[in-house]
Amino acid sequence: MARYILQRLLLLIPTLLGVLTIVFFMTALSPGDPARVMLGERANAQQLEQLREDLGLNKPLGEQYLIYLKRTLRLDFGRSIRTGRSVMEEIREHFPATIELALVSMFLATFFGIVIGVLSAVKQNTWLDYSAMIGALTGVSMPVFWLGLVLIMIFSVGLGWFPTGGRMEVRLFFEPITRFYLLDSLIILIRDGDPAYLKSSLQHIILPAVALGTIPIAIIARTTRSSMLETLRQDYVKTARAAGIHERRVIFRYALKNALLPVVTVIGLQFGLLLAGAILTETIFAWPGIGRWIYSAITARDYPAVQAGVIIVSAFFVGINVVVDILYSVINPKIRLR
Amino acid sequence: MTADSSERQNNNETIQEPSPLRETWLRLLKNKAAVAGLIIITLFLLLAIFAPLVSPHDPIAQDIEFRKSPPFTRGYILGTDELGRDILSRLIYGARLSMTIGVISVGIAMIGGVAVGTISGYYGGWFDKIVMRIIDIMLAFPYVLLTIVIVAVLGPNLTNAMIAIGISQMPRYVRLVRASVLAEKESDYILAERSIGTGDFELMFGSILPNSLAPIIVQSTLGVGEAILSSAALSFLGLGAQPPIPEWGLMIASSREFVTNAWWIVTFPGLATLLAVLGFNLFGDGLRDVLDPRLKE
Repeated sequence: MARYILQRLLLLIPTLLGVLTIVFFMTALSPGDPARVMLGERANAQQLEQLREDLGLNKPLGEQYLIYLKRTLRLDFGRSIRTGRSVMEEIREHFPATIELALVSMFLATFFGIVIGVLSAVKQNTWLDYSAMIGALTGVSMPVFWLGLVLIMIFSVGLGWFPTGGRMEVRLFFEPITRFYLLDSLIILIRDGDPAYLKSSLQHIILPAVALGTIPIAIIARTTRSSMLETLRQDYVKTARAAGIHERRVIFRYALKNALLPVVTVIGLQFGLLLAGAILTETIFAWPGIGRWIYSAITARDYPAVQAGVIIVSAFFVGINVVVDILYSVINPKIRLR
Repeated sequence: MTADSSERQNNNETIQEPSPLRETWLRLLKNKAAVAGLIIITLFLLLAIFAPLVSPHDPIAQDIEFRKSPPFTRGYILGTDELGRDILSRLIYGARLSMTIGVISVGIAMIGGVAVGTISGYYGGWFDKIVMRIIDIMLAFPYVLLTIVIVAVLGPNLTNAMIAIGISQMPRYVRLVRASVLAEKESDYILAERSIGTGDFELMFGSILPNSLAPIIVQSTLGVGEAILSSAALSFLGLGAQPPIPEWGLMIASSREFVTNAWWIVTFPGLATLLAVLGFNLFGDGLRDVLDPRLKE
């Protein structure tokens, strides 16, 4: 077991090194002169030359690459071209918003996905099963950003239940504690007894979380259903039924436990994908997360920020996938034996 | 009865046993989801092909007097957008774009992926090792992020969007094809062919590949739907089609300002995308059920 985990972790090194290399050469070879972008069209040749010198852009590509590797491994991504602030600092500000959104989405998706999947499997080939599965297929076929707009149109503009965007009402200003607003506002509720913050942050997160969670809900429901169907066909379930154990107990106590094994993997993988998929949802709901931040960095050709953003999100994505693999081998003894 | 003997019978006399292809087709027709998908796809393909004939208006002509008209205003069945352009006509021309984008992107992914996967699986060795490492690295980038970054590097337009989607989808074909080549290449019929002196190229693409087609077909059907979604997403972000092209994602993007007062501008482009992608997903799922031997009864 320890050997397997070690092996998986060691394999991360060449992969991450590959990611760093690709990101470097993509930005280095992309059209446009970073110095020109930073100084604007009015800059003269001398200023441009000076800046290239300062940034090390005059050095041979190989040398630039080595410097880049050294700095990146120390998590030093330099300064943002747009704001002049430390890129790492900006990431620290924006990443919690995305993680919070992804966690709430995943929570919704896991709960509803499993419930729908189990119901579908138990009531196989009934109208409930059919409509759930058509619903799931519709969910994965939908442009998420469009769903976001439709949700805003119905629930924010039409019914006025939720705000159209942002994380918190502007008038409720507060000094962020953990940068996870739900947690922060809970702390405020306990500390000052003021529920307004919690209410506002909940209202703001619901629509984006639903939009972002649509695809995971659909995929989790489909996986749960097929896994559950397979499990229900197995001998030990038949034995349990034959022994006269109540059907509900057979399903929830005996079958579900095993049926959820593949679902765990799917939940993990989906969570990793959400971190990047949030780019679209965050754009629609003006959610100040890492996705929207990377996107605006791309449109502004803010190279240090783009590099850092892509590296951090990919590293998280790869890391989550490895954790999922390891977790799966822990809960599934069959894999461990191999 | 084996496929071989039924084929022989077909050659000699008129059909008694259906050929494998015909059998697959018949099974497909019994699958309701697949048929529904096929109907939707055919419908969109027809709209795409005959767009100039079926669309009631010019997709970029502006009727300034009737801007933001709700559905069924003066012959504008789905209404007009903020510039007075007929939404239905724009959606029909958009189908043309989306179908083309879907097919070309998947074509790039499939041709590249199949070639690399076949060679990699067949020869193995250092080439295979390097390919698998590169694939691992490509899969380390989340799909959405990878397409966005590639387009950002190449420059935002439709052609580059298709290339980016194609490259991002390529790894799955490489893996799929490589795995089935690995499984097939030591089988008896390949050894037999090799022993009579059939060349490597012929073996790879003439003998092994045709036997690995089923998963590739399923994957590419689902891939078209995904490519349509991705191109809509890229255009939505301003990284794909540029105005005034009637691309669905771009139409959704420019509809953002009208969520408060013109629901039709927001709703219809998304519905069109949803329906087209649903068609490919339904058909792809149906194909998988029919072609995947593990699910055969």
